[in-house]
Amino acid sequence: MKPVSTITSPAVPLLRDNIDTDTIIPSREMRSTGRTGLADGLFAPWRYTDATTRTRNPAFVLNQRDAIGTRLLLAGKNFGCGSSREHAVWALAEFGIEAIIAPSFAPIFKGNCIRNGLLPIELPEEVVRSLPWEMVRIDLAAQTVSAGERSWRFEIDREAKEMLLNGLDAIDLTLANIKSTMGRWLKADRSMRPWIYLSGKNGARE
Amino acid sequence: MPHTLFDKIWQAHHVGDTAAGAALIAIDRVFLHERTGAAALKRMAEMGREVLDPARVFAVMDHIVDTRPGRGDGTLMQGGEGFITETRAACRAAGITLFDVNDPNQGIVHVISPEQGIVLPGVTLVAPDSHTCTQGAFGALAWGIGSSEAEHAMATGTLRLAKPKTMRVTFDGQLAQGVTPKDMALTLIATHGAGGGAGHVVEFAGEAVRALDMEGRMTLCNMATEFSAMAGIIAPDTKTFEYLAGRPYAPDDFDDLYWQSLTSDEGATFDREIAINAGSIAPMVSWGTSPEQAIPVDGIVPQGPERAHEYIGLAAGSALAGTPIDAAFIGSCTNSRISDLRRAAAILRGRQIAPSIRKALVVPGSMAVKRQAEAEGLDKIFEAAGFEWRMSGCSLCFYAGGEGFPEGSRVISSTNRNFEGRQGPGIRTHIASPETVAASAIAGAIADPREFAREEAAS
Repeated sequence: MKPVSTITSPAVPLLRDNIDTDTIIPSREMRSTGRTGLADGLFAPWRYTDATTRTRNPAFVLNQRDAIGTRLLLAGKNFGCGSSREHAVWALAEFGIEAIIAPSFAPIFKGNCIRNGLLPIELPEEVVRSLPWEMVRIDLAAQTVSAGERSWRFEIDREAKEMLLNGLDAIDLTLANIKSTMGRWLKADRSMRPWIYLSGKNGARE
Repeated sequence: MPHTLFDKIWQAHHVGDTAAGAALIAIDRVFLHERTGAAALKRMAEMGREVLDPARVFAVMDHIVDTRPGRGDGTLMQGGEGFITETRAACRAAGITLFDVNDPNQGIVHVISPEQGIVLPGVTLVAPDSHTCTQGAFGALAWGIGSSEAEHAMATGTLRLAKPKTMRVTFDGQLAQGVTPKDMALTLIATHGAGGGAGHVVEFAGEAVRALDMEGRMTLCNMATEFSAMAGIIAPDTKTFEYLAGRPYAPDDFDDLYWQSLTSDEGATFDREIAINAGSIAPMVSWGTSPEQAIPVDGIVPQGPERAHEYIGLAAGSALAGTPIDAAFIGSCTNSRISDLRRAAAILRGRQIAPSIRKALVVPGSMAVKRQAEAEGLDKIFEAAGFEWRMSGCSLCFYAGGEGFPEGSRVISSTNRNFEGRQGPGIRTHIASPETVAASAIAGAIADPREFAREEAAS
C-alpha cells in the first residue's frame, strides 16, 4: 500500500448527508470480481444523465472544469453509509481521490478507506462547509488541514495513522504481532469453547 | 464490576494489542457471498496467503444468483455468471464450506447462518456484507466488514479493532397490534438519525425486545447498520437456545452455565442510553431516500432535504397513505423469513393486488423457508393474489443490472434501503414491514395494514 503523508489539492464539495455506497458505485457497475475498472462507474447515478451511454451530467460537480484532477472530496454527514462493498473505496482511489473530509463516516466505509490508503478526515460540519474550492493542504503526521491562513486539527485513531503513514500491510503486521500469543489463546479457548472449532466434527461439505 | 454483554465477548476474544493500541480480536466465523467472496479469495491467492481454518469459513450464493424457477449459474446480470463460477472455484481451492446454487440449504447469508447454527451466542462473526449485524439477534458480536478485512480475518483468525463504544436501546412496554420489529427499527432511526449509532455496538433490550421471537429480533438487529452502528446485539435467552438446538453446526446442548452468562450484568453501564416507548410505535413507511426519512403510515411528509423530495416525488405536507404504487417486493435479509411470509399472506388471503401493480414479487430468504411456506400453502395465497413466487436469494433488494422493476416505478418494499437508485435507476423505494407491503399492494397505494387487519376481524 502506498504511504500517505501530505496532500495538496483543490477540494470538490459534494455536501449532501448520507451519501451511500450504492451511489458511490452502484451494484450494476461492479462487473467483475476484481478491484479495478471501477473509476468509470464512480457516482454513475449523478455523474451521467444516462449511465448506459455515459452521457455526462454537466450540473454534477465532478464534471466541472475545476474538479479535474482533484484529489480531495468534501462530503456531508455519514458518508459511505449502506453496503459494505469495498468497491466504493477502490472506485474513489482509482479516480484519483486520496482524502475525503466529512463531518462523519459510516464505520465500514471508514475501515475500508484505511485499508486502501485513502485518508478519511472528520471535521465539524461548519469547517467542511467553509472549505469548498480552495486549495487545501493536508498533513497526516501533524493531523492538520489548512486552507489559506486557516488551519484545523483533526483526530485520527493512532493505529489508522500509522498504517496510512507507513503504507503498512495489516495482514503481515498482524501475523508478526500474534506469533507469540495466538497459540496460547487458541489452546485456552479450545478447552473453554470446543464447539467453535468445527474441523473434524462437521468439516467442509462436498 | 458489572460488564455488558459486549464487554464479555470482547474480553473473551482479546488475543493481544497492536503497537499502536488497537486490539487483536479473534474471529470465530467468516461468511462470504459471491458478490465479494471471489474478490477476497482471489486476492489472498495472489498474495500467497492461505485460509487459516477453512472449517470456520462459509460461503453462499445469494447476491447475484437468479431467483427465477429453474435457475442455474446463468443470470440476467451482465457478467453475473462469472461471480458465481469464480466464487465456487475459489471456495473449492480454499476448502471452504459452500452453500451452492442448488444446495437445499441455499439462501441469504443472514437467513441461513442461523438456520444452520453457524452463528451462536457469544461468537464473533464477520462477513463482507453490511447486514451481518442481523445475526447479533443471537447474542453474537456480528458485523459487516470490507473485502480487505475479510482477507485479514481468514488469513490471521483475527481483526485489528479500536474498541467501539456501547449503547443500549431499551424498548419499554408492548407493541400495538399490527406493529412489527421493522417499525421499531425505523422509529429508532427516524428519531435519532441514520448516523445515530456511529461508533457504537447497540444492545437492544426491554420488554418489547424480550417479547420478540428470534425472527423478529433478527429484523430489528438487521437495521443496526442503517443506524450506522458497528453491530446490534440482543442477549440470548431460552428462545435463542431453543431455536439453535439441533441445528447442523450448533453444539449438542446449551445447558452449561457459560450460555447463561451471556447477558449484560445488572448495573452494567453503557456509553449511551436511549429509551423508546414501544406502545407509541405505529407502522412506519419511508418517504425519502434515507431510512431516517420514515414516518408513521398515516403521517404527513415533513420538510426534508430538497433532493429527497425531488427524487421521491413527494412534497412536504402531503399524506403518505394513498400515494399510488407500481410495484411491491417482499424479501431480503430484513423480512424474508417464514413469520414474515405468514403475516403478509394473512393479509393477502382471499384478496388480490390492485390492477395498477405492474410487478409484485415474494422471494423467500432461504430454500428451507420456501419449503416451509409451500408446506403451509402460502405460495398459493401469494400467487392467487398476483405475486410471483421465487427461489431464494437477495433478488431485487438492490439492482445488479439484470432483472429490475419497470422504469420509473414507485415500489413498496420489505427491504432495508431506500437510497436513490438502490432498486434500479430512478426507482423510488418505500421501505416498510411485510404486512404494510401486502396491504399497499392490495390497495395499489401506500396503505395502513391495521385497516386490513380490522376488516379481517370484522368480516
